[in-house]
Amino acid sequence: MSGAPLLEVRELAVSFNTEEGSVRAVDRLDLDVAPGEVLAVVGESGSGKSVTALTLMGLSRGPNTRISGSVRFDGIDLIAARDEELRRIRGERIAMVFQDPMTSLDPVYRVGDQIVEQIRAHRETSREEARSRAIELLDAVGIPDAASRADAYPHQFSGGMRQRVMIAMALSLDPSLLIADEPTTALDVTVQAQIVALLRELNRARGLSVVLITHDIGLVAEVADRVAVMYAGRVVEQGTLDEVFYDPQHPYTWGLLGSLTRIDRPRPERLPQIPGAPPSLLSPPQGCHFRPRCAHEFERCAQVPDLEARLAEAPGHLDRCWLDPVEKRERRPIEVDGS
Amino acid sequence: MRGALARFAARRLASMVLVLLAVSLLVFAIFNVLPGGDPAVRMAGKIPTETQVEAIREEWGFDEPVYVQYVTTMEKLFSGDLVSYFTQLNVTEEILKGAPRTFALAIGAAIIWMVFAIALGLYSAMRVGTLSDRLLTVLALIGISMPVFWLGILLSHYLGYEAGIFPTGEYVEFLDSPTQWFWHLVLPWFTLAVLFIGIYSRVLRSNILETMDEDYVRAARAKGLPERQVLLKHVLRNSLIPIVTLWGLDFGAVIGGAAILTELVFSLQGVGQYTAEAIEQLDVPAVMAVTMYGAFFIVIFNALVDIAYAALDPRIRLEGRRQA
Amino acid sequence: MLGGACLAAPLWASQVAHTTPEANHLSDKVEIDGEPTEVVDLLGKPIGPTWSGRFFLGADSNGRDIMVRLLYGGRNSLLVGIAGALGTIALGLLLGLLAGYHRGRVDTAISWAMDVLWAFPVILIGIALGTALALGGLELGPITIEGDSLAIPIFVIAVIYVPYMARPIRGQVLALREREFVEAARAQGMGPARIIFSEILPNVATTLVVFLPLLVANAILLEAALSFLGAGVQPPNASWGTMIAEGFDRITSAPHLSIVPGLMLVATVLSLNVFGEGVRDALDPKAKLRLEH
Repeated sequence: MSGAPLLEVRELAVSFNTEEGSVRAVDRLDLDVAPGEVLAVVGESGSGKSVTALTLMGLSRGPNTRISGSVRFDGIDLIAARDEELRRIRGERIAMVFQDPMTSLDPVYRVGDQIVEQIRAHRETSREEARSRAIELLDAVGIPDAASRADAYPHQFSGGMRQRVMIAMALSLDPSLLIADEPTTALDVTVQAQIVALLRELNRARGLSVVLITHDIGLVAEVADRVAVMYAGRVVEQGTLDEVFYDPQHPYTWGLLGSLTRIDRPRPERLPQIPGAPPSLLSPPQGCHFRPRCAHEFERCAQVPDLEARLAEAPGHLDRCWLDPVEKRERRPIEVDGS
Repeated sequence: MRGALARFAARRLASMVLVLLAVSLLVFAIFNVLPGGDPAVRMAGKIPTETQVEAIREEWGFDEPVYVQYVTTMEKLFSGDLVSYFTQLNVTEEILKGAPRTFALAIGAAIIWMVFAIALGLYSAMRVGTLSDRLLTVLALIGISMPVFWLGILLSHYLGYEAGIFPTGEYVEFLDSPTQWFWHLVLPWFTLAVLFIGIYSRVLRSNILETMDEDYVRAARAKGLPERQVLLKHVLRNSLIPIVTLWGLDFGAVIGGAAILTELVFSLQGVGQYTAEAIEQLDVPAVMAVTMYGAFFIVIFNALVDIAYAALDPRIRLEGRRQA
Repeated sequence: MLGGACLAAPLWASQVAHTTPEANHLSDKVEIDGEPTEVVDLLGKPIGPTWSGRFFLGADSNGRDIMVRLLYGGRNSLLVGIAGALGTIALGLLLGLLAGYHRGRVDTAISWAMDVLWAFPVILIGIALGTALALGGLELGPITIEGDSLAIPIFVIAVIYVPYMARPIRGQVLALREREFVEAARAQGMGPARIIFSEILPNVATTLVVFLPLLVANAILLEAALSFLGAGVQPPNASWGTMIAEGFDRITSAPHLSIVPGLMLVATVLSLNVFGEGVRDALDPKAKLRLEH
């Protein structure tokens, strides 16, 4: 990581007032994304990763939402920004691709028009110019016969093709950051691979920074430069792909990686899993949120560990666990490759 | 697309004819088979003699079997020769006299109720849960709970008779005086519109709230569209699709004579009022004519609604099937 | 609360009223501000509200006590509304179950009949049936109903709203009969009657409960409209609708004759609608039931 980060999230907290009480969906979250980097945010559903994504876009604002902390994007504080300021950044500088391409396109408009609409919301261009740009984009993301497909309605596309349309739309104004919220979850496996390849290519070719929100560890291994693992609203570990995959520091990460079947290992007797279930965010446990499910819990865990570097040799590798790094390596159930 | 439209139109036409036929049979049966009194006896006057009744019976063909009477009535209806049992006036001409009045009432009211319903529904949905939303909810419920004729009476008495702001009733021909035409219709328009404003604003409010949770609305915001554009182009546009269906059906019914009560209270002498009078006198020819007129419009608007639906929602094909 | 009072008061009409709804008091005098005043003056103008005891809300042109007539009239309005709505539910449930369960030809026939009935504006069939039956009465096999009986408007209202009930029920039954627990019941050898009663009926019960208050509200409104047009409750019976109609003839001299029964009607229907919305929100927020007026 070099130079100033493109996106710098500090102490971000998001809570929702519900009828049952206040839900703290995101708690003291720190993230950095460098220009041209792919950061994967990994976690189970309900870990707060989607809320984080929406908050970065200013889309979780509402009368029942409390947001604190800071999100600096290219020098602008997105939390303090006024709605209009945020609107200008959305779609233009930060774009988003959603989980379900089936429902993320408005069914009553032609896909070309939906891209044109976005371009014209930010730039003073003629309809014709915007349209030829839209066709160009559709072509660039691999939609065959783009000129005529631009006039088709969303229901006339397959799921994978719709996600390509969503990506084309996201790219329409050359954003510097793309937030992809579970972009492949709703797709068939073969189509998933194509979309992943497309994202990676865009990242390489255009220097596009990507925040990839996912629960799919396999996908992370394929495209991410760096990884942040989220659990119950907090980032519990953050580092480069290699650091997190080959020297995981947090017991939750161990579980997450352990539940991954690997073809380079003998198949285990039964699939390992993390015992228990994630805590309710209405009344989260004191201290470390993973404590009730953790086999290595001890008295210090009643205090929340800070997200900080605990390994002398890897200053960028941060985690939230009180265990001594040496002890961690002894207790860690998964073996680490020598590579 | 053109072929689909033609096929759709042909199929709809066939089913329309079938429904109209059934409607005419049903109405004829209600007024002839059900005990409603012998028309010949009623036509003969207060103290009829047996020979008078007999003569009328023969002249009007009441001695024929019911199905023959039905066929003759329908034949006359379609050749425009059908006359009323009691006034002897040609029923087609009477309907044509009333239709422009009913159309004026229906079109004006429909515009008012649509405009108000969209404005109030949108406003309510934008401020869901606030005091003004609750107030509008209560007002809408009051609108739905008010008998149309009673509202008409109140408006015409207080704003017309007492305050003298509006005329209390009667219809003025547009060509005689456009301003008087308009002035005479203001109260009837609002009387008729209130109920529909109540219903539509509620339906629209809940449609909007449902649509706002759609992924494509969140995606539209993520594109950086101005909030106004998100609301009007994406939320409202999609929320209005089911409303258009309701609107077509209700408008067809009002044109077809369902505005009886409003026409009566303001003595507009439209088709609805003619229908009420025809039914009250058990004037079978007039009843048959107004029924066919009314059912025709209702059926036509049913078909138009389907076409409009297909135009508004590209997922709907005219076959009425959704594509996967 | 208000709704409760509006619903309850008419039921005790005979206990609280000092006179009967038909009794004339043309030559009676009541004390107003200590002065004896004619109930109906020499020009035929009835007194307005006294706000006490007798003639609380004034008299009509026949010298009849409006408050008393209001209570008795309300009784008829409520009776017709509730009985009509229950009739609709019974008929609609029967037809909906038959059409949905048996499908095929039975379904086609019933659905088509419902479509035809649906093609008429409610108010038009209402007047047609109401007028024809009021003149001739109704003979259903062994039962003969006189033309001026309250059973006529009840019957008319019950029939008119049937499509609005039968259609959603049919749709639900069509969906339910494909569900696993119905399949299972059939596999166990249960007969159609038992499956309908023990498996399907409990599942459509929510729809009925949600529907009932809204249906009663609409039935009361329809009764009022028909009575206003002379096609509903027939004299000597009164209902809020006929009272508004009587008042309409004297609207300029005695507007309270129309206004008061109308207010009672609005209060009753409004409370039913509010109650109905509450029930719907609690039981079935997604329901899209709708009635035409």
